[in-house]
This record gives sequence, structure tokens and C-alpha cells, in this order.
Amino acid sequence: MNMDRRKFLKAAGLTTLVGLGGKGIFELVKPGTVEAEMAHEGHGHGGHEEEAGPKVRWAMLIDVMALNKEKVEKIVHTCHYLHNVPNWGDPKNEIKWIWEDEYEHVFPDSYNEYNHILEGMPFLLMCNHCDNPPCVRVCPVQATFKRPDGLVAQDYHRCIGCRFCMAACPYGSRSFNWLDPRVQLEKEMAQGRKLNKRFPTRMRGVVEKCNFCVERLAEGKQPGCVEAAPDVMFFGNLADPNSNVRKILKERISLRRKLELGTKPSVFYLI
Amino acid sequence: MYDTGKVIIGLAIFACIFLFPFLYNHGTAAPQPKPSLDTPAIKALAEKKCVEDTHFMITTHMQFLNDWRDQALREGNRWYVNREGKKVWISLQNTCMKCHSNKKEFCDKCHNYAGVDPYCWDCHYDPNGSKL
Repeated sequence: MNMDRRKFLKAAGLTTLVGLGGKGIFELVKPGTVEAEMAHEGHGHGGHEEEAGPKVRWAMLIDVMALNKEKVEKIVHTCHYLHNVPNWGDPKNEIKWIWEDEYEHVFPDSYNEYNHILEGMPFLLMCNHCDNPPCVRVCPVQATFKRPDGLVAQDYHRCIGCRFCMAACPYGSRSFNWLDPRVQLEKEMAQGRKLNKRFPTRMRGVVEKCNFCVERLAEGKQPGCVEAAPDVMFFGNLADPNSNVRKILKERISLRRKLELGTKPSVFYLI
Repeated sequence: MYDTGKVIIGLAIFACIFLFPFLYNHGTAAPQPKPSLDTPAIKALAEKKCVEDTHFMITTHMQFLNDWRDQALREGNRWYVNREGKKVWISLQNTCMKCHSNKKEFCDKCHNYAGVDPYCWDCHYDPNGSKL
């Protein structure tokens, strides 16, 4: 391109002006468009559409007062059978979908040294299926994603095993398959363990977690843990004001884990 | 040309080595496999038909299963409506394998022949088999 000094300076000056006051120039030409674009881009992050509101928002309620060791064992066993979760017997390789912990670990922020009522009570932990799930935000391949009904799903086909989601999850709900789960499952099968023939296993190198029994919900069934202990676990639609879970939440005092982080968990502990 | 003799001998040796696999395997092509449809579930069918027609299933099942996976898992849509308007439950382990309960004779035969190793079976398994 042929350009003399005078033309070049003109063009450079004009470009600088646009650069300095870019938004202002757009504002002169088409008022209001920039704001509209920016608002549009900012929308859709972090879920929880308060105004429009989803029709279905699944939530789990766990009645801590009705829970005991036997029920915990039954619930954990049912879940791990249904999803072919191996029992490595070693915390290093452990795969957790639903598990038990103590009050002071579950609610470290609300521990009260003058009140010991909740100490020693069994607390069942699982994926909280947050409304604002940090694991979804950090996943580089969108292997984990939030469904319109609020479930935080995990696509094992897409997971590359980077474990960002495990670092992001404040609840420790995710486990990594360091070893081939089938090796352990086959060992357990030799000792009499049964496999759920309707559900796949996982492979080495993927992250897994509780899926709120999405495969059972699709068939119109309740999650396995609810079926195992219907007097302890309640599952229902949080978006429906007349649902079972909303009725219970209206009457009972409930706790949620680490609310201050803004993840909006949908697992409630009834006390 | 310098060293004509040596060059020609070298070329001849090279040609022998290069052509050996072609000559050695000539005429011994493995026969095209025929996946077995001989299962109790398929025998019991009045009309032996998969979710779509056979030609479509043979040529497109890889893409088709990929679409099924994304529909079921990512879109949460578990029903597939085929070209005849029939509804089918989307599931590899619970729908496909119900009829094709002979993974070794049905899936593996062609996959081994074609030298493909689909990663389906890293997680999914034959619900009728005794091993994972």
C-alpha cells in the first residue's frame, strides 16, 4: 500500500481516537447497543435463573435425626451396588458416591464447643448438585455440566482426568479413578459381590461422583438411597411450592454445607 | 555409473525386503466376518429388525451410537423415535445388548477384523457375560 506521511498520521490519529473512546463512538452511532451486548454476555453464568425459574429443581433432604448406623450402611451399600462403585478399602484409591462423616467435619464453620447435641450423629455426604457449581466452571472440556433440572452431571466419555473439578469442589464429592475399577470389582465379585447389570462401570483416569441416580429418574423411579431408606431421605422438586421437599423444608430446620461459598447446594440436612 | 554391480544388488535386496509382506500374504486374505444374530432374544422376534434398517445399522452405527450417547447423557432425552415412528429406549447396555447378547460373536468379530478398538467396552459391558 502506498501512503504518504500526512495520510498515515491522519489514519493513526483517527484510530487512536476510536481506541480511546471506542464505546463513546459506538454510542454516537447506535446508542444503547453496547450495554445490551454486555448485559447479554454476562447473563447465563452460574445458573440459578431466579426470574424465569426452572420448572424442575431436584433436591435431596436427609433427616439426620432419623439416621442410624444400620441405615447408613444400607444406603451406602445400595448406592454403591447400583452404580458398581468398587470398594478399594484404601483411602488413597477410594471412590465415594455417598459416605459418612462427623458433624465437626461436615459443618466445620458452625461447630459449637458449648453444644454437643449433633456430635456423634451420622451425617451422609454426597454431591450437593449445586445451583452454582464450581466444578462445572473449571472443567476445561465440559465433561461435567449442569442440566436444566439442576443435576450436575458427569460425562465420562468426555472426562480427560485433569481433576480440576476435584480441586474446585468444596465438598470433596469427587473421586478419581487412579486404578482400573474393574480390577477391584472382579476381585470383589470373586468374593460374592453382585454387579448391577444395568449400569456401566468407569474406566481408569476419569472422575466420578453421585449422579442423583439420573438413570433411575429417567425411568420415573426415585434415587436408590431414597428407596433404601424412605424415612430418612426425601427427594423432590424444589421449584414446585407444593412438592414433598418444600413442605418438609417449611416445617423443619435444615442445614446446608458451606453456604457462605455461594455454591447454593441442594442437599439439605434436617435437624 | 560407479559401482554398478553393488547398486543393483542393493536395489534387488531392498525390493525383496519391501515386497516380502505383500507376496507372503498374497491370496490369504481373511474372510469377511459375518456377525452372528443367533441369540434367543433375536430368535423370538417376529420381524428380525434392529431400531433402524440393517443397511443403516451396518454403515452408520458408530455415528448413531454417538448421537444416542449425547442425547441420553447430555440432553437427558432417553427416547429415540425411529423412522417408522416406533419409540426406543436409548441405552447401549439395556437396549442394544438385550437383543445382541452375544458381544463376542456380534460386536467383536467385525471390530477385530477391521482392527478397530472402540472404547465403549472400557465402561459398558455385556450384561449377559460372566466377566466384566
